[in-house]
Amino acid sequence: MIEESASPPDYGLEQPLAPRRTRLEEFWLLFRQNRLAIMGLIIFILFFCIAFTGLLLTSGSDPVFDPSLVRLQEKLRAPFSKPHLETLRPNEIPTLGIYLLGTDDLGRDVFSRMLQGAWVSLTVGFVAVGISVIIGIFMGGIAGYFGQRHIRLDQVLVTCLLSAGAALVFFNQAKWGAVLLVLGHAYIFYLLLMRLIAVRKIPPKRFELLHLDTISIDTLIMRLVDIMLCFPSFFLILTVVALLPASIYNIMIVIGLTSWMGTTRFVRAEFLSLREQDFVAAARALGVDNFRIIFRHMMPNAIAPVLVSATIGIATAILTEAGLSFLGFGVPPPHATWGNILSDGKNFIFDAPWLTFVPGFSILVVVLAFNLFGEGLRDVLNPKLRERH
Amino acid sequence: MNHQNTLLSVNNLKVYFRSDDTLARAVDGVSYEIRREETVCLVGESGCGKTVSALSILGLIPQPPGEIAGGSILFNGQELLGLGDEDLQKIRGNQIAMVFQEPLTSLNPVFTIGDQIGEAINIHENIAEAEVNARCIQLLTDVGIPSPAERMSAYPHELSGGQRQRVMIAMALACNPDLVIADEPTTALDVTVQSQILKLLRSIQKERAMSILYITHDLGVVANIADRVYVMYAGVIAEQGSTENIFRQSQHPYTQGLLASLPTRSKRGQRLHSIPGTVPSAAYKPPGCPFHPRCPHAITRCREEYPGMCDYGGGHLARCPVMFKNDQWCK
Amino acid sequence: MNSANHNILQIKDLKKYFPIRKGFFQRVAAWVKAVDGVDLEIEEGKTLGLVGESGCGKSTVARMILKLLEPDEGNIIFRDQDISRFSEKDMKPIRKEIQIVFQDPYGSLNPRMTVGQSIEEGLRILGIPRGEKRRGRLEKLLKTVGMSPDSADRYPHEFSGGQRQRIGIARALSVEPSLVICDEPISALDVSIQAQILNLLKDLQDQLGLSYLFISHDLNVVGYLCNKVSVMYKGNIMEYAPTEKLYEHPFHPYTQTLLAAIPEPEPGRKQAAITMREDIPISAPPPPGCALQGRCPHEAPECRDEKMPFVKVGEDHFVRCWRVGQNGVARYEP
Repeated sequence: MIEESASPPDYGLEQPLAPRRTRLEEFWLLFRQNRLAIMGLIIFILFFCIAFTGLLLTSGSDPVFDPSLVRLQEKLRAPFSKPHLETLRPNEIPTLGIYLLGTDDLGRDVFSRMLQGAWVSLTVGFVAVGISVIIGIFMGGIAGYFGQRHIRLDQVLVTCLLSAGAALVFFNQAKWGAVLLVLGHAYIFYLLLMRLIAVRKIPPKRFELLHLDTISIDTLIMRLVDIMLCFPSFFLILTVVALLPASIYNIMIVIGLTSWMGTTRFVRAEFLSLREQDFVAAARALGVDNFRIIFRHMMPNAIAPVLVSATIGIATAILTEAGLSFLGFGVPPPHATWGNILSDGKNFIFDAPWLTFVPGFSILVVVLAFNLFGEGLRDVLNPKLRERH
Repeated sequence: MNHQNTLLSVNNLKVYFRSDDTLARAVDGVSYEIRREETVCLVGESGCGKTVSALSILGLIPQPPGEIAGGSILFNGQELLGLGDEDLQKIRGNQIAMVFQEPLTSLNPVFTIGDQIGEAINIHENIAEAEVNARCIQLLTDVGIPSPAERMSAYPHELSGGQRQRVMIAMALACNPDLVIADEPTTALDVTVQSQILKLLRSIQKERAMSILYITHDLGVVANIADRVYVMYAGVIAEQGSTENIFRQSQHPYTQGLLASLPTRSKRGQRLHSIPGTVPSAAYKPPGCPFHPRCPHAITRCREEYPGMCDYGGGHLARCPVMFKNDQWCK
Repeated sequence: MNSANHNILQIKDLKKYFPIRKGFFQRVAAWVKAVDGVDLEIEEGKTLGLVGESGCGKSTVARMILKLLEPDEGNIIFRDQDISRFSEKDMKPIRKEIQIVFQDPYGSLNPRMTVGQSIEEGLRILGIPRGEKRRGRLEKLLKTVGMSPDSADRYPHEFSGGQRQRIGIARALSVEPSLVICDEPISALDVSIQAQILNLLKDLQDQLGLSYLFISHDLNVVGYLCNKVSVMYKGNIMEYAPTEKLYEHPFHPYTQTLLAAIPEPEPGRKQAAITMREDIPISAPPPPGCALQGRCPHEAPECRDEKMPFVKVGEDHFVRCWRVGQNGVARYEP
């Protein structure tokens, strides 16, 4: 009783197997299971909102919350205490009607100062990590992709020539410096010219020494990383900050410039393994240029561990900034940061413990949140946890 | 069938893997039996459940996410499912041993092969050091390792792939098991080595009068080594029978398709027969006969009803009523 | 070998040695002769099989033809142009002509790019402007390899191994190549899928006039698909012949062993005994002479002295073995 012969499916139209679930949905599905990471994410979002509203409410000529308003008669008031309205001028009355987190030794509202400080912490964290990630990706990408290429002797010599020239110019020896600089540039120009004219040239024998390979790019960059890692970075930052004029931007840049090594290592490791993957070979075989292979094909696959280290890096940067401010090398007063509130409060730790606890606890929570979120990200992005369809 | 003669029988085994939102029925009601002194092949494509069903014999399915959803596994009359870890430990290696696909990762790189074979003996037997050594050398000789006494102190990386697999076989034989489960033992090896390992397995099986459950996807290997064959598809047995039955009188469209699609030199210039479509994943199996979307003979009933095994006599069964005589729907 | 003009690709004495570096200063301790003098020729529109066991250097040859690896010595002549010393810039027009299909369907597609984006990279190279026209070409390519056009917006993880392999083939075809190197394209696939891909490759050859270099360890597949076969062992080509000749009258002991070891899907068929010994990994640099020494059942003293030249033993039939004479008569008991 063969009823009807069902026609075999037309395999001219192969359809995908798995149900449509985007990478993002899959990511969220895994991430959701990690409660601590979710908590970290919520705190992170909350912190972002607070910092942003804090910026709006505490800046301008007539801010809603004035963090630098001194009321000496109201100093060291406990949290939730009501102001003595009879002693205050109308513009000195706190916006909320009470001192939500108390006042400091100059009678400034700690709540307003915390709001202002939140934005500092946030920007320092993000900008510093942004700088370090950009440098890290650049250095790591070069080391991972072009690492096996060697630097030629003439390139080393020209670099020496140019830097010596620049140094001479800097130390007021303009004449000799200019000569060296011109020589260096002339050689570079000559090399470029040769490349345009002679397509496949074999260098003459007498130039062979100049074309000697010295060290590989990979060795150069990774040894630089090792050297950078040898410095106790906090003291390095301390030294640099002590030499530079105190400003929030200098701190961001200095933190960024001293924390790119981790990212470099991650990106290099990822690139080294990605470079051997077939899809990169396929792209090269198609004739895709190196720049596009690095940024279009490899970087999206290498970015996950960078994201994780960046998230944790933000926590470290916030902590570093707080530490610098605590030691008095940070953002100059009267601008409030969590670090200098903590620093101001330490003299009154027994009389006014909230001055220490409020910023200290905030730093703890925010740093912890970033770390938990980062760890959660790492777990989710770990390919071993992802199922292959 | 002679039950005295049955060494292992798996009845209606179901192994499911649960994830957040899916239930993968990796093994979905599989029955097979292995008699004493015979070589049985489980053949199927990746994800058809052949390895899972073998691992569950030794209680090696990680639970969760895996779960044994039903069935029984009788070994020498003893029920293996639900046995505690300690009891299973006594059976593993001692009565049932396993040889895996990847000989490099199944051997510990920091121990000599003498240590590793010796350990396999020591776990189950309490005998003197010197005797263990002698047994190891004997085992290495049996599996055809040249100058075994010297090779005892070699590390796995000092051996070739084929020799490593021979060492794995020696370890499996260490306690004279009744059954050796070989999970694709030659897939990672080169063809020349593969044929030597197959030859070794055949001779060992005869000498030691043991049974082998051989898991593979390679029909060439099956023809070479098996006494009886079970063809698996999407977690069920599609066809079973003697090697002759399967290769010469196959009755299931899947088996027929597989055999027809093998490229050989004799088919040069012709288009290969190909089974259209893809192997269904264990989590999204079609209803009815799991093979119906790819089957050239499928009828409407195949899409709705799960077909039973049709008996062709002599132990040759195929799960395809459409191909069966008198068009009767087997139960 | 005859260097007739109808060869799309000819390789002469190709060599690639990899250094083994040791110690703190990464000094070169030894060289691995991955490819040690390989000669190949692929006729226009035909398929050459390159057979060998794992690690014999066949993938290294593929990578050198694509210039993903720089050859140390030898010539790669593609359509009368020696590309072996070409720079990246010179290779630009050649790259479109030679494409590759990989073994691992999971690693060969970028997991972060949609199928369409992966294939479009090739169309971009061809200079087809973004938009309607490129989309049309993309969909046509997908249909050519038997995929539905709406696969373009999906990510690789949504496809099965065989489907990914089709996508990989579509990507290779996107630049309209004339030579496609198939590096074990079916060995990672399920048995029932292998035939689909083989048929597809055959159809594409008929439709587009492609030439294939088909790299495989499976002599059944090579015997089915290829016109001529080169047998490779440890960086050397041991035998080269038209498929029929090679399978009917293999001269080299290694070829004979390989053929004897084919697992035939026929029960009851007695396998020929294999007399070749198993390979033992040696850490020391390999001795001069034949690459097969230590394993070969017909070994003679002269095999240890120097490498045998590639000797013609019949029309289009070449063997590298001291024990096979110029006249094609084996000097050993077969």
